[in-house]
Amino acid sequence: MIKNWINRHLQVIQQVLVRMRLHGWSTLMMCGVIGVTLCLPSLFYIATDNLNRLASDIQTQSPISLFLKLNATQAEIQSIERQLKGDEHITSYHLVTKDQAWQKMQKTGAGNTVASNIVNTLDKNPLPDAFFITPASNTPEAISQLQSSLQALNGVDKALIDSQWIKRLNGLLQLGNKMVLVLASLLAFALVAVIGNTIRMQILTQLAEIEVSQLIGATKSFIRCPFLYAGALYGLGGGLIACLLLWTMVSFFNSTVVQIAAEYGSQFAISNQSLVLNLFIVLTATAIGWLAAYFAVNSALVTYH
Amino acid sequence: MSIIQFDQVSKRYQASNDVLSQVSFTIKAGELVFVTGRSGAGKSTLLKLVAAIERPSTGTVLVNNQNVSQLRAAALPYLRRKFGLVFQDHKLLYDRNCFQNIALPLHINGLTGTEANKRIRAALDKVGLLHKEKAMPITLSGGEQQRLAIARAVVSRPSILIADEPTGNLDATYAADIMSLFSAFQQVGVTVIVATHDADTMTEHHNNVLHLQAGKLIQTLAPIPAWTNESQANIL
Repeated sequence: MIKNWINRHLQVIQQVLVRMRLHGWSTLMMCGVIGVTLCLPSLFYIATDNLNRLASDIQTQSPISLFLKLNATQAEIQSIERQLKGDEHITSYHLVTKDQAWQKMQKTGAGNTVASNIVNTLDKNPLPDAFFITPASNTPEAISQLQSSLQALNGVDKALIDSQWIKRLNGLLQLGNKMVLVLASLLAFALVAVIGNTIRMQILTQLAEIEVSQLIGATKSFIRCPFLYAGALYGLGGGLIACLLLWTMVSFFNSTVVQIAAEYGSQFAISNQSLVLNLFIVLTATAIGWLAAYFAVNSALVTYH
Repeated sequence: MSIIQFDQVSKRYQASNDVLSQVSFTIKAGELVFVTGRSGAGKSTLLKLVAAIERPSTGTVLVNNQNVSQLRAAALPYLRRKFGLVFQDHKLLYDRNCFQNIALPLHINGLTGTEANKRIRAALDKVGLLHKEKAMPITLSGGEQQRLAIARAVVSRPSILIADEPTGNLDATYAADIMSLFSAFQQVGVTVIVATHDADTMTEHHNNVLHLQAGKLIQTLAPIPAWTNESQANIL
């Protein structure tokens, strides 16, 4: 019973593959269309995903600067340091005293005429003691919460972060994610239409077979079966082509991106090596193909009786 | 034992007169029955009602004591597999060879492999087309195509064989061949129902006749002697 069932399905797949090979060129074009269509939202996704990655890199590199009041006492500094040590929202911190900062400024100013002029006109150290803090979390909410709690500490003049900038970037990235979603949905709909149409054409060439089969006792699932496989195979082929195209394009872009990143002293490169993404593309494409075929066949099946 | 029973069956297509009206009859298992009448008398409709391709407008159709109208749509394919159907226009598939044409009902029944191949060759042999198993149907003569259609109808060993005008376009020799095929199936226990407008064909056989005129059953004879039609003709 089960052996018969498997046999039959293998036979159907074989039959579908033979038919596809018979029309090899149009099959390839069909898979190509699906592949290119899938490529668009995927590229967009890879772009926002990588920007996200880049952004969180930058965020982890940007600590909160905690400037103390100019008249902060040594006791106050120690008390602040104790509290920083005990705070679990903070990964690390380091203290730069006003003297260290002053020396550093004079040193950097030595090679620069404008800066050294400024340093020379100052007769006393205008710099405050400062803590540079790396927050444990990168989310804008957590960072601004941490900022306000630090601001409230005794002896603190200003807790500075560029939170506006992070918020804006995150907002843009969220917008990008939404656009990926919308684009993907629209193109998925287009794919259903395109694949459905192709399957409908195939149904037209096999109307006689469908009619006879129904008349002599074929169930609807029997008739649907080869078309569902055809749709799923188109989707599978398209998905694989999409993965191949993405891989090629990303490698193509990457040679340049790596160069640019190197200019900025970064080791950044676009990644799409995520197996999950590739698997997702292939499975989604297969599912879309299957679904499109299902709709197409169902509308072609006449109910006798 | 009755295998098919019609009780006060009428069939009307949308916005038309009754194609069949108030038809009642019983067919016993193993009988050879002719459905006669002119074109448009309702023969094809009657066969479609028997084969559960159409549903009666009123009345009940029982097949194997099952009420066809009350069957779920999903159960109909399984009922249809009890029938072997020979269509008026053959409905052969011209994109595949004879062997593959005959294989279709077996595949529908879930039968593949060597057992299926054996049955296909047996069916082709029965209708005398074994040597043409690789031929495409379009290359066959009208009579051969009809025999191929019969082979496809019997390959899954149905208990009821239904043929709509199987000798319609054939000359007398071919027609006689085909009718003797049907007799042969009846002799091995298959119930055979044949629609024909050709009175000659049926008078050669002493069988049950359902004669339709404008959708009404006006004659159920069982069995008719060969001379009946002649003597009627003489009187008229």
